[in-house]
Amino acid sequence: MLKTFSLGGVHPEENKFSAGKKIEVLPVPEQVSVPIAQHIGAPSEPVVKKGDEVKVGQLIAKSTGFVSANIHSPVSGKVLKIDDILDASGYKRKAIIINVEGDEWDETINRSDKLITEISLSPEEIVKKIGEAGIVGLGGATFPAHVKLSVPPGKKCDILILNAVECEPYLTADHQLMMQKGEEIMVGTQILMTALGVDKAVIGIENNKPDAIAHMSELAKKYNGITVESLKVQYPQGGEKQLIDACIKRQVPSGKLPIEVGAVVQNVGTTYAVYEAIQKNKPLFERVVTVTGKSVTKPSNFMTRVGTPISQLIEAAGGLPEDTGKVIGGGPMMGKALTSIDVPVTKGSSGILIMPEKIATRKPIENCIRCSKCVSVCPMGLSPYLLMTVSDKAIWDRAEEEKIMDCIECGSCSFTCPASRPLLDYIRLGKGKVGQIMRSRTK
Amino acid sequence: MNTLTVSPSPHVHSGDSVKKNMYGVILALLPALAASLYYFGLGALIVTLAAVISCVFFEWAIQKFLLKTQPSIIDGSAALTGLLLAFNLPTNMPIWIIIIGSLVAIGIGKMSFGGLGNNIFNPALVGRVFLLISFPVQMTSWPEQSKNLTSYLDATTGATPLSIMKEGLANGESVSTLMSKIPSVTELFVGNMGGSAGEIAAVALLVGLIFMLIRKIITWHIPVSVIGTIFVFSGLMHLANPEAYAGPLFHILTGGVMLGAIFMATDYVSSPMSKKGMIIFGIGIGFITVIIRVFGAYPEGVSFAILIMNGFVPLIDKYIKPKRFGEVVKTAGK
Ligand code: SF4
Ligand code: SF4
Repeated sequence: MLKTFSLGGVHPEENKFSAGKKIEVLPVPEQVSVPIAQHIGAPSEPVVKKGDEVKVGQLIAKSTGFVSANIHSPVSGKVLKIDDILDASGYKRKAIIINVEGDEWDETINRSDKLITEISLSPEEIVKKIGEAGIVGLGGATFPAHVKLSVPPGKKCDILILNAVECEPYLTADHQLMMQKGEEIMVGTQILMTALGVDKAVIGIENNKPDAIAHMSELAKKYNGITVESLKVQYPQGGEKQLIDACIKRQVPSGKLPIEVGAVVQNVGTTYAVYEAIQKNKPLFERVVTVTGKSVTKPSNFMTRVGTPISQLIEAAGGLPEDTGKVIGGGPMMGKALTSIDVPVTKGSSGILIMPEKIATRKPIENCIRCSKCVSVCPMGLSPYLLMTVSDKAIWDRAEEEKIMDCIECGSCSFTCPASRPLLDYIRLGKGKVGQIMRSRTK
Repeated sequence: MNTLTVSPSPHVHSGDSVKKNMYGVILALLPALAASLYYFGLGALIVTLAAVISCVFFEWAIQKFLLKTQPSIIDGSAALTGLLLAFNLPTNMPIWIIIIGSLVAIGIGKMSFGGLGNNIFNPALVGRVFLLISFPVQMTSWPEQSKNLTSYLDATTGATPLSIMKEGLANGESVSTLMSKIPSVTELFVGNMGGSAGEIAAVALLVGLIFMLIRKIITWHIPVSVIGTIFVFSGLMHLANPEAYAGPLFHILTGGVMLGAIFMATDYVSSPMSKKGMIIFGIGIGFITVIIRVFGAYPEGVSFAILIMNGFVPLIDKYIKPKRFGEVVKTAGK
């Protein structure tokens, strides 16, 4: 039997319309808006000012702490201004706006396609360089990659796990990247293994991508210590804790990080970016973005510069359909509904999903019928119906006792509830409150 | 461009609904209804219609005139309560008693707690037990199956296997002589015996169970633990003294065990939320059922057992939690 994680899980319609679509390089736009907060952690600090000339790959905003990330210019041209713009979060936030002139790259970037397999840097140098290149988790979490690679003292990592499950319905960016850049991902994996000092890596792929499993397994033969694990399709397998459980049967305890069980997880897209940073000296300023949806005429995977307005990607995929009701940054389970299609692509943009009005609206809420389906599907073994009730009634100590902070916000509970109860909406609210209370206690 | 909808994730829904689940259970009850019509004919038809119509009517009337809320009879839960109530009644039950039973089931069993989702006890069983206490004679005289296809109130009545067993044992007869007076196991399995409208045909109820499992309306935990417990517990007693205690197959195939385990104990609202809790709940029901049957005054014990365990559900849910991720701590390989 195929492996998967042990508790709960759902299987939403996959709808991978853009599967098998070759990655198209999207033309460089006329203007980009590069937000300075595109990652988890402290926003970066701009190091350019209005009127400055920049090249592709040049540092334009500096990391402001350990958990923060550098930002590089995705284009060449002139800085128009640094101003607040509406970003994918729905808030106005600071961004560097650049008018594009030509496409002149920083000379130190190796632009050839030739595969470089030999790794010449030491583990410390690799981690440092990954940090400099501004690489963050490209699966959508946007957690700075160098932080995860810096194993805290007293802990030991013995295995690297590559997240290639792409468990969100609709999205295909990682899938396509594996098909086209499999070899580079293998080298990237070896680089990460070197950085962590481990001799084992597992690439977890769900078996709805048999071509990727075959391709990556074939490639893995040439690389020592890398194996491919074919996993049963089950959402949210891409959750770090779920993926570790699925691949190596270790469960990360409540409130702890994967390193607790000796594992570090990186996404395949991130691994590709690591390859480019280390072997080609190319910082992270472009990524693959899936543009898809039931009514989209040309579902596609685009190689896109950060800062490109998503309206341009939608245009390239055949334009915004008539019946559009919602535009989502990311997948349908965990993505964020966008307030406008003028927001820019960021490092965390795995996809743009356009939903017809019909499915974009929620059904009316009914009484909880205590069917226990939300309990059965919760991958963390929580009782979502109860968490919703205690959050609604503001019984925070009870919410904490019931492990509300363990919730990974996968949405399986709300997805399943026959009474269409907005379980996760309430749980999120509860998490915010309980988190605050817990922090104030440690102070 | 029209304005974009902005709402928190998830942005998709499984499409499951309260209605789908309720009608799913009703569909799962149809084989048993067919068996009931086959064995009891006209009486089964009248009793079923009377219970379903009055339950739906009372729910509608209470919501409309007493609570002044939007009636929700469309969700199918009232019809389901009616169907389950009917299945627990003899098929020669006068309509006026059924109406009282329906009023109690919906009014007291369900609405007085706050409607669907809030009732502690299974409403159909509240109705049934109320009738059993108030109208013991009518509730314990069952028409003989297959002889009464065109009769209703005038049906000839006879004993059920459970009552034959109970009275026989009380009169000092042995299990082996009594077994010769009741239908064979195969006949019990297909439902050829006296009993309440919907409880007789184990085979039809099991078809319903399989349907509900496939459609993921319920999980196996409650039915299996109820039936398993009754089987094991009565089996042990039978082994200890085969002449004083009837065998396990007799116990699970007679009375309301199948109907109770598959359709009554699995009622969402009045059963536990965690898998472990469901198993404890099921074992409790099985245990109490056998105790009542063997040592109690009633030949039948499933309804009481379920109601008693319904009362424990809040406690079970409080102390028995689902298995949490990361509880079994495993550390790095080396
Ligand atoms: S969103 Fe949270 S509570 Fe709901 S299923 Fe996922 S982990 Fe469980
Ligand atoms: S899935 Fe919905 S209806 Fe069922 S128990 Fe959970 S909250 Fe209640």
